[in-house]
Amino acid sequence: MGFSISEKARQRLEELKKRYPKPQSAVMSALYIVQEEHGHISDEAIDWISGEVGLKPVHVLELATFYTMYRRKPLGKYHVQVCRTLSCALCGAKKLMEKMQERYGIAPGQVSEDGMFSYEYVECLGSCGTAPMCEINDTYFENLTPEKFEELLVRIEKEQPDLSLSTIEGKLGEGLSGCPKSEVM
Amino acid sequence: MAKHKQILLKNIREEGQHLLEKAESRGAYKVIRKALEMDPLKIIDEVKNSGLRGRGGAGFPTGLKWSFVPRDTGKPVYLINNADESEPGTFKDRLLLENDPHLVIEGMLCAAWALQSEWSCIYIRGEYAYPYTRVQAAIDECYEKGYLGENIFGTNFTHHMVVHRGAGAYICGEETALLNSLEGKKGQPRLKPPFPAVAGYYACPTVINNVESLSNIPFIIENGGEAYKSIGVENSAGTKLVSASGHINKPGIYEIEMGYPLMDFIEDECGGVRDGHNLLAVIPGGSSVPVMRAEECKGVNLDYDSMKNAGSSLGCAGFMVMDDSTDVVEAVLNLSHFYSHESCGQCTPCREGGHWIEKIFRRIAEGNGMPGDLKLIESLCNQIGGHTICAFGDTMVLPYRSFIQKFEKEFKERISNVLKGVEHERVPMDFQSELVSIGSAH
Repeated sequence: MGFSISEKARQRLEELKKRYPKPQSAVMSALYIVQEEHGHISDEAIDWISGEVGLKPVHVLELATFYTMYRRKPLGKYHVQVCRTLSCALCGAKKLMEKMQERYGIAPGQVSEDGMFSYEYVECLGSCGTAPMCEINDTYFENLTPEKFEELLVRIEKEQPDLSLSTIEGKLGEGLSGCPKSEVM
Repeated sequence: MAKHKQILLKNIREEGQHLLEKAESRGAYKVIRKALEMDPLKIIDEVKNSGLRGRGGAGFPTGLKWSFVPRDTGKPVYLINNADESEPGTFKDRLLLENDPHLVIEGMLCAAWALQSEWSCIYIRGEYAYPYTRVQAAIDECYEKGYLGENIFGTNFTHHMVVHRGAGAYICGEETALLNSLEGKKGQPRLKPPFPAVAGYYACPTVINNVESLSNIPFIIENGGEAYKSIGVENSAGTKLVSASGHINKPGIYEIEMGYPLMDFIEDECGGVRDGHNLLAVIPGGSSVPVMRAEECKGVNLDYDSMKNAGSSLGCAGFMVMDDSTDVVEAVLNLSHFYSHESCGQCTPCREGGHWIEKIFRRIAEGNGMPGDLKLIESLCNQIGGHTICAFGDTMVLPYRSFIQKFEKEFKERISNVLKGVEHERVPMDFQSELVSIGSAH
């Protein structure tokens, strides 16, 4: 199967390449762009990126496996990342993790039957003062309790908000109405 | 409560501070206009005189770092703002990036002029999507207004600024790993020398500073290095952002003057330990510094020297508080999973040793510890520390050693219970993904 990507995505990558002293610096953006359009990074995508930024395919593959935010296989439409590092753990992250298992009956890395949810436990997301918390796609949800977390999941199932950062558009999704994108204050 | 001078958070709670117009009405971009009329070398001198030390954790004097950049190589000089904030317990840079991005940009512009750099980059961790959009929007506004680009502020100075998103690797906060990542490589640290000031981004002279360090620069230029130095204590000039989290009543980010008593910080700023509990321990500088028991915290001040004398480190001031409900064995297991997951995999002692130590901590936590386990961990720590390319290995062993040393009784008891046949009812603190890690650092 051939590799296809939108004209918009192509143009965006061209624009980003010009921002750096050398185009290869844009390889991380290229990986984000492909992931945004295809949901994951396939072997064909790696070949394409390799040609675009002037790096060997194996070099691009190395990056796709080294950096945890790149996916080699499709995940749920909503990928929930529950922070598990110390401050969140001290403040009850485990209860959020249990909720996730209980509600969807899947293990980390698996996708729910309807393709809507997947989850994993991640390392410190820089939200320790508002622990426990999770990141769903690219949006933070902080100061959670198991009850608030469950309400959040119910609302996402129903309202299906845009929680993703688009590299192509340079924009973060609208988010969930009434939920701040940051509670760091 | 003590009143602390607010340099970085002065306007952070003001409405619309992330917007150029609002920030400018409160004084943003006043200092860069002054700076552009100054001799760049004079600015470096002021920063040297200020005593400002790098706020990313290592505490290296910022002005001195700038002065290492050779000025006659004919190569471009690059400035990198390290916004890869990933140290467990630290979330201060996120606040600045989100709510006062123009302060950060102005600090970078001042540094860029001092270094005669025409290109700078904010390397922001991939998960900081919202701060990324805020900073990018602020940069877009600056380009529109002529504060970035060719001939900025009507001078001959040209400066371009890029925001680069990382993709989930803690190690990219290490400056040479960051450079590799920014060159489109795996984020694995480089051997030093050469130091980045001589051969950094694409082998050109490069300065890498933390977000908080750069955000202090406008104040130093506006008021002079002496004014900055007059705040805080000897060897620790100025203010420090402390990210406070864990078992306290008022977690958050506080700007304190260096030298502030640690216990006052817990009682006043943090509102004390959770009701009904007593302080057990503090990790004062982010997870990579030695833990301190409650009784060690008394009489210690939040500054570089006092923390060092107390056997720990101010680090980047990721201040994590644990009360007496905490199982210290579970706590150090939690951290050991972090380090084994985040090792970049380049050096064998760190890659293999980190996993090994995690497994040993896990069996102790599960009630299956063996009599020689603590000695085994110590021996592994000795084989990791000092035997790796970067400081990741050196710092990983600090929490391990200090937890075992300071809570020896708890560890020994957990292990000896196994021999006595006392069943240990484990209450895990979290789930570690022994299960699956979807992406993996190595």
